[in-house]
Amino acid sequence: MASPAAAPHRDTDVLLSVCGVSMTFPDGTHALDDVTLDVRQGEFVTIVGPSGCGKSTVLRIASGLLAGATGAWELADDNLGYVFQDATLLPWRTVQRNVELFCELHGVPAKERTERASEAIDLVGLGGFEQSYPRRLSGGMLMRASLARSLVLHPKLFFFDEPFGALDEITRERLNEELLRLFLLERFGALFITHSISEAVFLSTRVLVMSSRPGRIVGEYEVPFAYPRSDDLRFEPEFAELCGRISHALRDAHR
Amino acid sequence: MAPSARRRPLETAGPVGVFALFIGFWYFMSYVGMSEGRRFLVPAPHVVLNRSFFGIGSAAETTPAVRSTMFKGLLLSAQVAAVGLLIAILLGMALAVLMSRARWIERSLYPYAVALQAIPVLAFVPLIGSFFDFNFRSRVIVCVIIALFPIIANTLFGLVSVDAGMHDLFTLHGASGRDRLWRLQFPAALPSIFTGLRISAGLSVIGAIVGDFFFRQGDAGIGRLIDVYRARNQTPEMFGAVILSALLGIAVFWLFGLLSRRAIGRWHETTGQR
Repeated sequence: MASPAAAPHRDTDVLLSVCGVSMTFPDGTHALDDVTLDVRQGEFVTIVGPSGCGKSTVLRIASGLLAGATGAWELADDNLGYVFQDATLLPWRTVQRNVELFCELHGVPAKERTERASEAIDLVGLGGFEQSYPRRLSGGMLMRASLARSLVLHPKLFFFDEPFGALDEITRERLNEELLRLFLLERFGALFITHSISEAVFLSTRVLVMSSRPGRIVGEYEVPFAYPRSDDLRFEPEFAELCGRISHALRDAHR
Repeated sequence: MAPSARRRPLETAGPVGVFALFIGFWYFMSYVGMSEGRRFLVPAPHVVLNRSFFGIGSAAETTPAVRSTMFKGLLLSAQVAAVGLLIAILLGMALAVLMSRARWIERSLYPYAVALQAIPVLAFVPLIGSFFDFNFRSRVIVCVIIALFPIIANTLFGLVSVDAGMHDLFTLHGASGRDRLWRLQFPAALPSIFTGLRISAGLSVIGAIVGDFFFRQGDAGIGRLIDVYRARNQTPEMFGAVILSALLGIAVFWLFGLLSRRAIGRWHETTGQR
């Protein structure tokens, strides 16, 4: 993918490397300052930070949706899964046809397209809703359909831009578990954005803390809990302790 | 659902009741509102229908000729409206797609679309008549000019107001301009395209009938018949011709409502059940 200069490290299992990326918008907003991070195969990296700190901007720059940044970044593979906060399903297509969309854009033959879509729909637990239109689905189901749409191409790297931010607590926690199940099954690398600390800790192998405007990585936390993780993890003292440390770091960064 | 089941009788009774009130008001105006000597100005509904279409009793001699003239006129106007609308749809959507491709094209062409909307086209009827003729072709031209703008404006609006997140999806997957147009922009624009179609369909009927009214030469459509019957003091026939014009307009509007529900009703909110 387009980047002004090759990023420095070239490990084979590095899926994304971002090195010294800064971004100032044309209106003068200094959004990012010297952001450096990488995501390796099998890693689940989460950026936590308050709303408007530029977390999403990192994803938009790295994926090529946003031009004008300085620094270096490199995606190992063009096949990138990208899940937005809005499900962005096309309302005139059924779930099945929505999930087939990317295959259509990449010229996958119709028969294979149908098979792969059905497979992905089953994988996210939406079996039976293939012929439903998005307006008939709940927020959680829309997000599942959105996940299935990206899974169809089996990307090695996923970007998640606050995908569960608009969902209620119960649905969010259930989808967190589902996402981890998919993560273990598909072994993709993930770069996840959220403003929920417990969500970040529950999902990730590594949590990055970002300060607000200009966005800067101010802390990095390894999450030691083994996968598969069960919902009970949220009630372990170690879990609460780590959440507490990250919470303090966030507060220090925004003082 | 229970609420809709309870509402169903009213959904029939309401329109029937309003229609009955309308007919009642018409009779009232004819028999109470008008004196004996002026009653010919507002002939009662049954007189209008009999003199224009049924021809029972004293109207038996004149009605068949009147009826055949009227239906010929209606057919002519309907053809003008249909051809005019079809051309307006094709031309309008093509222009809108073109304008949606580049900002400079929109800035160069849109003012003329607005001008078409703003100028009193009917005032140009004599001009168009002298350029071409006073028959089918010129009437279609008037019809196209009147019906074009809502199609351009609504199609363009629909094509350019697609959700940015959906555009991002297509960008991420390297979609071609053609994929973007046909798989994203065009389907997303359908609801507003149909809004434009319904407005333009009504306008094309108005363009055909009122244009006909203004041409005053060539074959008589239903519009000119209204004027002819007025000039000859044949008020029942004039009312009959007005009713046919109205029915044409209603039929076209209903047809496009139906098409719209068929095309987008399954996924679009506003065309669904209330």
